[in-house]
Amino acid sequence: MTSGTAERPRARALGWVSLGLGVAQLVAPKAVRRLSGVGDSRTSKVMVPLVGARELVHAAGLLAGKRTGPWAWTRVAGDAMDLFSLGVALAHRHGQRRMRLLAVTGAVVGITVADVRTALRTTQGGTMELTAATTVRKPPPDVYAFWRRLDNLPNFMAHLDEVRVTSDRTSHWVATAPFDRTVEWDAEIVDEVPGDRIAWRSLPGADVPNRGEVRFTPAPDGVSTEVRVRMTYELPAGGLGKLLARYFGEEPHQQLDDDLRRFKQVMETGEVVRSDGAPWGKRARHEFPQRPAQPLTREELDQIEPKGALV
Amino acid sequence: MRAVTWAGRNTVEVRDVPDPVMLNSRDAIVRVTSTAICGSDLHLLNGYVPTMQDGDVMGHEFMGEVVEVGPGVDPARLSVGDRVIVPFPIACGACNACAAELYSCCENSNPNAGMAEKLFGHPTAGIFGYSHLTGGFAGGQAQYVRVPFADVGPLRIESDLTDEQVLFLTDVLPTAYMGAEMCDIQPTDVVAVWGAGPIGQLAMDSARVLGAAHVIAIDKEPYRLRMAEQAGYTVINFDEVDVRSRLLELTAGRGPDKCVDAVGLEADHGSPHVRLYDKAKQTLRMETDRPHALRQAILSCRSGGIVSVVGVYGGLIDKFPAGAWMNRSLTLRTGQCHVHRYLKPLLQRIERGEIDPTRIITHTFPLDEAPRGYEIFKHKQDDCEKVVLKP
Ligand SMILES: NC(=O)c1ccc[n+]([C@@H]2O[C@H](COP(=O)([O-])OP(=O)(O)OC[C@H]3O[C@@H](n4cnc5c(N)ncnc54)[C@H](O)[C@@H]3O)[C@@H](O)[C@H]2O)c1
Ligand SMILES: [Zn+2]
Ligand SMILES: [Zn+2]
Repeated sequence: MTSGTAERPRARALGWVSLGLGVAQLVAPKAVRRLSGVGDSRTSKVMVPLVGARELVHAAGLLAGKRTGPWAWTRVAGDAMDLFSLGVALAHRHGQRRMRLLAVTGAVVGITVADVRTALRTTQGGTMELTAATTVRKPPPDVYAFWRRLDNLPNFMAHLDEVRVTSDRTSHWVATAPFDRTVEWDAEIVDEVPGDRIAWRSLPGADVPNRGEVRFTPAPDGVSTEVRVRMTYELPAGGLGKLLARYFGEEPHQQLDDDLRRFKQVMETGEVVRSDGAPWGKRARHEFPQRPAQPLTREELDQIEPKGALV
Repeated sequence: MRAVTWAGRNTVEVRDVPDPVMLNSRDAIVRVTSTAICGSDLHLLNGYVPTMQDGDVMGHEFMGEVVEVGPGVDPARLSVGDRVIVPFPIACGACNACAAELYSCCENSNPNAGMAEKLFGHPTAGIFGYSHLTGGFAGGQAQYVRVPFADVGPLRIESDLTDEQVLFLTDVLPTAYMGAEMCDIQPTDVVAVWGAGPIGQLAMDSARVLGAAHVIAIDKEPYRLRMAEQAGYTVINFDEVDVRSRLLELTAGRGPDKCVDAVGLEADHGSPHVRLYDKAKQTLRMETDRPHALRQAILSCRSGGIVSVVGVYGGLIDKFPAGAWMNRSLTLRTGQCHVHRYLKPLLQRIERGEIDPTRIITHTFPLDEAPRGYEIFKHKQDDCEKVVLKP
C-alpha cells in the first residue's frame, strides 16, 4: 500500500538532520554540550541525551516517509523546547560561552523557521488531493467491473453510507462527515475505459466538491491488477471545511489507505476481515487501544453492522 | 467460558469471558481439547510485544473439535465434528502472499494492518492471541475459539494420533522445521542451534532429519542441555564456556556451517556487562530487543554460511554486526513460520515416527492452572520445557 503528498524531499532532509543530531547527542553528549556552550550543569547533563532520544523519534517518523505533516509539527514542538532551554541557558552564561550559545540559538531559530514552513505546507490548503495504491490478485476486468458498480463502494469506503446509481452515468452519494453530519451530492462519470479506468466528479451544488479517478493496470505477475486511486476534495471555507480539514489533517492518507486495504479484502476474500479487538468492519477507526481481544457479548454483536459476506 | 487472559505485564489470569461468536462468513468455532504455552507467549507476558490490552485472550497453539461453521465454508473442506489442529498465523488463502505460500505475511487477515505497517513497513498476518498489532484476535488458551478463514488453515486429523502427538503442528514443530529448512542443510554440515527450548529442541531434531552431520545445542539451563544431550546432540553451556571458542574448537576453526537462532528478543548473555548494557537500553526503550544470540550466531558462523532466525524480534536492535554479516558473505533467513506449508509433510513424518514432538512435553495442567504453567515455564522451574493445558 502506498500513498503520498508532495512535500517529501524537504521533510526527508529534515529527517536526516534529526538523525545526525540525535546520534551525536546520544553518543557524544559531552562534545555536543561543549560545542554548543550549554556546559556541564546537572540539567544539561540530563537534557542533552533526552533531546537526543527525541531526535531519534522524529527521525523514525520522518524517514518512514508518509504522513510528513504531523511529524513535521512534532519537530516544531521540539524546536520550541530547544529554544526554551537555550533561552534559560543564555540568561546564565557570559563571555565566550554566551557567544557560542548565541550562535547555536541563531542556528536553531533558522531550523525552526524551516520546520514551520514545512509543517504549514503539509497541512494547509483548500484543495486536498489524496492518492493511494494497492495490488489485487484478480485480473483487471474483474476489478474494474466491481468498482464500476458504484453501489459496491460503501462496502469498503468508511465514510460512504450509500451510493445509488441513478442512470448510466449519474449517481447519488451519501456520506457521513465528521461528528455525525451527513453530506449528500450527485456525481457523474466523466471518463471510463472498461478494464482500464473510471473517473467521476460531483455535480454543481455539492457541499464538498470532489472528484476521483481509479486506474487499473495489469501487474507484472500476469495475474493481478495494480489499482491506483486519486481523490480530490475542494474544502469549502467556513465550518464544514474546517471540520473536514481537521478531520483529515491528522492522517490525511490513512483513510484512503484503509479504504483500499478493505477493497482488496473484499475482492480477494469476499468480505472485510474482523477480529474481536476490531470487530467493526469498515468502521474500524480506532487503532489502539481497541476493545480487548476477547469474544463479543451478544449486545455488542447486535451493535456492529450487518456481519458476514458483503458481496 | 473460561479463558487465559493478559492482565498487565507479568500477569495472566483465568477469567470468565463471553463464548465466541462468528464475525465473518468463513469462520468456525472450535471447542479446544488441548492448547500449549509458547516462548512467544512469554514475550507477551513480559511486556516486550507492544499493543497488548488487559483482557486479551492468550494462546496460539491449540486444537480441538469443530462445533460451528459459517455459511461461507465449503462443507467438504470442514464441517461440524471434525477434529482439527489450527495453524497460529491466520491466512486468507487468496492474496499474493498466500499464493506464494508466505502465509504469515498474508495481506488480508490482519484488521489492524495499518498499525503493523507503521512498525514493520508492510503489514503482516493476523495471529491468534498475539497482540493487537497482529489483529487483536482472541486466542486459544480457552474453552472455545473463533477461527477465521476456517476453510484455509485447519488441518483435519483423521487418524487416531493423540492430541499430544499432533498439537505441536500448530506452531513449534513447523517453526523449528522451517528454522532447519532455511539452513539448506548439506550432508557435511555442522548445525549449531542457539536455545534449547521447545523450538530449539525440535529444530535440532529437524536438522538431523534433514541430514546434518553434526548438531550442537547452546543454552545455559542444565536440564534443557541434558534433554538435548539425551537426544544425541553436543551441548555448550554459555554460562560456563565462551561459545565462540568452543564452536571453533568443535569445528577445527571453521565455525558451524549453519546457525539457528531459536532464542529471540529476550536472550541472555554470559557476560554480566553486556547483559546489563542491553537490559538497560531495552528498559529505556532505546532498543526493544536484546539480540545476544543473534550477534553470536553471526560472529560464529563460517564464511558463506547461513544464519536462520526463528527466534522472535519485535522492533529495533542495537550493535547488529553488519560488518561480519557483509564481509563474510553470510546469508540471513527468517520469518514467522508459514505453518500451512508444513502441515501435511510434517504430519506424515509424525505418522512415520521420524519426529516425535511429544519428547518436549514436561507438564500438563488443567486450563485453570495456566498461571502456574506460565510461572514455571518462564522461570525454568521444575525442569519445565513445555506446558500443555487441558480446558
Ligand atoms: N518464528 C516463529 O514463527 C516462531 C514461532 C514460535 C516461537 N518463536 C520464537 O522462538 C523463540 C524460542 O521459543 P521457545 O518456545 O523455545 O522459548 P523458550 O523461552 O522456552 O526458549 C528459549 C531458550 O533460549 C535460551 N537462551 C537465552 N539466551 C540465550 C543465548 N544467549 N544463547 C543461547 N540460548 C539462550 C533460554 O535459556 C531458553 O532455554 C522465541 O523467541 C519464540 O517467540 C518463533
Ligand atoms: Zn508458539
Ligand atoms: Zn492471504
